[in-house]
Amino acid sequence: MSKFRKKKKETPALSTASLPDIVFMLLFFFMVTTTMRETDLQIDAPRLPSASEVKKLEHKSLVSTIYVGKAKDPKYGTGYNKIQLNDKIGTPDDVPAFIINEREKVSEAEIPFMTTSIKADKESNVGTLTDIRLKLRDVNALKLSLSTQKGSTIKK
Amino acid sequence: MARRENPEINAGSMADIAFLLLIFFLVTTTMDVDSGISKKLAEKPPKDYVPPKIKMKNIFEISINRNNQLFVDGEVMELKDLKEAAIKFIDNGGGIGNPVEGEKEGKSCDYCGGERDENSSDHPNKAIISVESDRATEYGTYVTVQDELLSAYTELRNRLSQKRYGMSFNELEQLFIDSGRKDEELRKKVEDVKTSYPQIITDLDPTGAN
Repeated sequence: MSKFRKKKKETPALSTASLPDIVFMLLFFFMVTTTMRETDLQIDAPRLPSASEVKKLEHKSLVSTIYVGKAKDPKYGTGYNKIQLNDKIGTPDDVPAFIINEREKVSEAEIPFMTTSIKADKESNVGTLTDIRLKLRDVNALKLSLSTQKGSTIKK
Repeated sequence: MARRENPEINAGSMADIAFLLLIFFLVTTTMDVDSGISKKLAEKPPKDYVPPKIKMKNIFEISINRNNQLFVDGEVMELKDLKEAAIKFIDNGGGIGNPVEGEKEGKSCDYCGGERDENSSDHPNKAIISVESDRATEYGTYVTVQDELLSAYTELRNRLSQKRYGMSFNELEQLFIDSGRKDEELRKKVEDVKTSYPQIITDLDPTGAN
């Protein structure tokens, strides 16, 4: 009798053997799609204005980004008009040097296709943008993209 | 009776390791593609440059003051009415346009659906929209204005494209891009719609001190 009693049904344990497979699949997905933030933001992440007529920026290596917003470090003041180039806060006068530096990273043939993307906070002033624009024009960096998020701010 | 089976490797912690990595990449990932309003800056004019004379009626003047209010052709306007006013101005077609490449004389706009008012713009390729903003204008408002103007052009282009080629301009352009930008026939169509309603938006240097 005892022989039969031993074969009493137990609830089978849920097999978790395939769990690593699932997780690895997700892991590879995120590994492939990930892009590391290459610059540390010295300003508060800009709250981008929204717009609907946007164009996607392609060829990431040809894009140089200028951030405009409020500096994290209070010694720069509280205005929303601080400009960040690469890793430090700069002035519009630093823009040409920044662009020329960016140009050295790409081959000569691709320079005309370089785009400058301006990520500015929506409370920044147009004056700052104009300063940057004039400097960009000085170094012939004529392709400009005003970074926005999708959506519309106007209530119809 | 020697029962020396291969001891199984415990794979239970494998999931933990993978989760750890997964969470790391989840946090560092940024999926959103950068997108924005694209603008082309004008080249620096030479010193002896004389700006061409343009009739006032061909200019659509928008000024934004430091309180983010809009003045259009001397009148106060709400942001939501801007698109309609811009469409009305661009699509007016009251006169004769600039000559197209390869032709000597300009033609009147035969595809415009506007009122053909003599005191408004002559032709879409003559209609200039100028945006003047104060230095202290908020960037958000400025972008919204640009966006509204672009969407006015998009609407006009879509309408024309629908009429001529039976699909909206967005679809047409997408087809062209999908063809690897090689399909000559599609290129002609895209160019045709683009030159019919060219985007002429200029930014004046801001007024006022910061």
